[in-house]
Amino acid sequence: MQDNKSIIISFTVNNEIFDNVMVSSRLHLGDYLRSLGLTGTHLGCEQGACGACTVEVDGKAVRSCLILSSQVNGSVIRTIEGLDDPLMEKVKETFLKHNALQCGFCSSGMLMTTKEILNQKKYFNREEIRTEISGNYCRCTGYQSIVDAIEESITTNMKEINNG
Amino acid sequence: MDDITLNQNPKLGSVDRPNSYIGRSLTRDGAIKHLEGKGQFVDDLILPRMVNLAFFRSPYAHAEIKSININEAKKYPGVINIYIAEDIDEVCKPWVGVLGHLGEMRSPEQSPLVQNTARWQGEPVAIVVANTRAQAEDAVEAIDIDWLEKEPQIDMETALQKDAVVIHKELGNNLFWTRTVEQGDVQKGFNASSTVVETTLDFARHTGVTLEPRGIVADWNKSEEKMTIYHNGQAPHMMQHIIAKHFNISEGLVRVVSKDVGGSFGIKVHVYGDEMAAIAVSKLLGRPVKFVADRLESFTTDIHARCHKISGKLGLDDKGKIIAMEINDLSGIGPYSMYPRTSAIETNQVLNLSGAPYIIPNYKAVGTVVFQNKTPMCQYRAVGHPIAVAITEALVDKGAQAIGIRSDEIRKINFIPDNKYPNKTPSGVPLEDLSHQAAMNKLLKMMNISYLEKQKKIDLEKGILTGFGIISMCEVTNPSPLFYGAGGAHISSQDGATIRLEGSGAVHVSSSITEQGQGTEAIMKQIAADQLGVSMDTVRVTLGDTDATPYGGGTWASRGAGIGGEALLKATRILKNNILQIAATIMQTDIYTLDIENNMVIRKNGGEGISLKKLAETVYYRGQELPQGTNPELIATSSFFIEGIPFVFTNSAMGCLLSIDQDTGLTKIKKLWVVEDCGTQINPKLVEEQIKGGVVQGIGGALFEECVYDDQGNMQNATMADYLVPMASEMPDIIVDHVVTNSGRSIIGAKGAGEAGTGGAPSVIMNAINNALFSINKEVTSQPITPEKILRAIGKI
Repeated sequence: MQDNKSIIISFTVNNEIFDNVMVSSRLHLGDYLRSLGLTGTHLGCEQGACGACTVEVDGKAVRSCLILSSQVNGSVIRTIEGLDDPLMEKVKETFLKHNALQCGFCSSGMLMTTKEILNQKKYFNREEIRTEISGNYCRCTGYQSIVDAIEESITTNMKEINNG
Repeated sequence: MDDITLNQNPKLGSVDRPNSYIGRSLTRDGAIKHLEGKGQFVDDLILPRMVNLAFFRSPYAHAEIKSININEAKKYPGVINIYIAEDIDEVCKPWVGVLGHLGEMRSPEQSPLVQNTARWQGEPVAIVVANTRAQAEDAVEAIDIDWLEKEPQIDMETALQKDAVVIHKELGNNLFWTRTVEQGDVQKGFNASSTVVETTLDFARHTGVTLEPRGIVADWNKSEEKMTIYHNGQAPHMMQHIIAKHFNISEGLVRVVSKDVGGSFGIKVHVYGDEMAAIAVSKLLGRPVKFVADRLESFTTDIHARCHKISGKLGLDDKGKIIAMEINDLSGIGPYSMYPRTSAIETNQVLNLSGAPYIIPNYKAVGTVVFQNKTPMCQYRAVGHPIAVAITEALVDKGAQAIGIRSDEIRKINFIPDNKYPNKTPSGVPLEDLSHQAAMNKLLKMMNISYLEKQKKIDLEKGILTGFGIISMCEVTNPSPLFYGAGGAHISSQDGATIRLEGSGAVHVSSSITEQGQGTEAIMKQIAADQLGVSMDTVRVTLGDTDATPYGGGTWASRGAGIGGEALLKATRILKNNILQIAATIMQTDIYTLDIENNMVIRKNGGEGISLKKLAETVYYRGQELPQGTNPELIATSSFFIEGIPFVFTNSAMGCLLSIDQDTGLTKIKKLWVVEDCGTQINPKLVEEQIKGGVVQGIGGALFEECVYDDQGNMQNATMADYLVPMASEMPDIIVDHVVTNSGRSIIGAKGAGEAGTGGAPSVIMNAINNALFSINKEVTSQPITPEKILRAIGKI
């Protein structure tokens, strides 16, 4: 049995401030977020291979199973439950339009990766999109509809950026 | 896509009318919850007083327990109790995975936990119950078991030899089941053939890798004697029956709820010891119990699939007409046949489906299924199809090469013509409403083979190995009672649907088929709204709850649309008739002058109608306004199962263009075409998504996926970093088109569409690779076709 100490940290999740909360030193961030009721973050492999648990930590897409909750002291975290800005609402509509999900278990991670793609504010062709999402496993769709949705999201987003 | 042209089924009414939703690619609005993180998966559920489980699993493929010491583990923080087999066996009766209608199957009794001898690595041995899963896992490490290791029987090919390790002494040898199918006289057929071609293919084990692992929450409420199960399964009523039977609970007091399911593909339709053990713990403790497998547990305990070695022989005349086909298939299923479907069905499908698109007058198929000390093998998406299709289509290609005709020509010569159905497979299984000729013609137009031939030659001159392949296949869908029920398994082939008009004018549908992301909810809405004449947003749907839905089979074997959809269609027509009868009374007219459009009962010849809301309010709240004797049934239930044939078959034609890197052995799939005929498409977009997702799953089996074992039965790659699944960057865009031949077995005319992609892709990829390798007189015969196998085939290593 390993030591199970508690550590006190502060951070923000989806604009909610968590001030001086106690977290177990062994708990990974994914488990911790789920324990807060943020069950939209899904655990598929807990070894960083499937991408389902991806969340945004300080603006970057991070595998929440690969970092400990004690490592996010001072961080700003966004989970699927907090992806409600106009850009991501539009992306969700585009995902629905293309049926870019079936069972929905990969969707939270897939949207987090999509957000990171869109944050780069540049065009990606289909092959590049496939490379960008190659760390997110989806067993249902075969990826094509997801690539369709991301491609359209990029095009729409870039048009808006270019139109000021 | 002009989706409306796909609805060519006159039994469904005109497509050019209000609320005509069947045949349209409507958005699956209910799926928005997943994009907002609001799905309800088993692991999201927390109940008061709930405890968590972790299992001690056998580290050996074959070993006897000499002693178990749990004393130290019991002292660990958070541990509530620890159970071994004798505790669990007190409340859970063992099961046997055999069916009675396919000849003798022999599989021993199986209990949730290992009693004396572990027979695969990962088999559950002991359970730690703790407040958290982490605490339970810690304590598992402190369980001390003294094992007597035994020699394992790993290789299926030696499992029946005299010196093989017999896994179940009481059976005398490792044979589970064998079957021979014979039609015509295969020996005479080969004697009459001018050309005979042969091949032997092998298919490694792979597994489902559902992104959401298997999971269950069991909640035994002693005061009500009621067991409530939250389970990410595919067949709630089947589980209800099994739980009632094995835990000695009245069936009506078992409720199985399956909310969101993170992928299933057949993995989640079987009875697993660890899940049964979790139910037992809830019964013993009287508390809610959660078990969710981790990824290691998924790899070593989710059923595996395939594991076949098949040899085949095809005899043809000098024109390329097939005279005889013979196959011999060997399959290894681990140490037990799975319950309740058995592990015989994959082989049975191979025997039934090989040669299915073609006229083959003389046919013989032998299947042998053996035990081995590996994870149990059972039905997974496209059960048996990849093997049956690959052996058939490899032999057909070889036949074409031997005779010197094109691969499309040989198929056209031998197809059962589209106008010659009903017909039979070479194995004697009835076929109807198929379109191999039309599908192949469409495929060839899409592929432009003469262009591909030219391109291939140009590529070869540049040193690039390019290949293309085509296949034709049948897919088993919409099974009848002959599939399982006839063999004694309590697995319903029937599905039911209930539809009601509510006081608000809203329409509620409940159905026994379930949702795992296919779009079940969406197509239920489309059928109900289309057939009733209401807007889609009026309809809501309840699925996956034995307390709230009609009885039925659930979602497996591509049966949701064809069977569950038909049940709903029938129920909706009854409800519509009831509504129109009431409306005719209120409106003082004949029922035949009325119809329902846009949530209104309308007069066909014009004039004032009545809204469904108003009609429902009258019935529910002001019944006194209606004449005595008015039938107030604003609810209707109907059921459906397939009669007269064992399955409703579909057919597909597929093509693949790929290139092979001779330095790395890497295969690059450039294009993959599919022409599918699944009859009426309720939502063409969702059909297309089933095909594409299925193809990619098939690509996984063809090129990447394998459960690798060492010679002691240890799985070597039980992580997602080591077990290769298809990821986005290696996958092609897939081009899908359709032929529509409605099934005559139902009004709705829909066949299934869930498994063709997975069944056909391994074959078309292998044919394309061998088409490329044929240019240099080489071939591959073993799946997954890894770069290493290609490099070995071309002599690079």
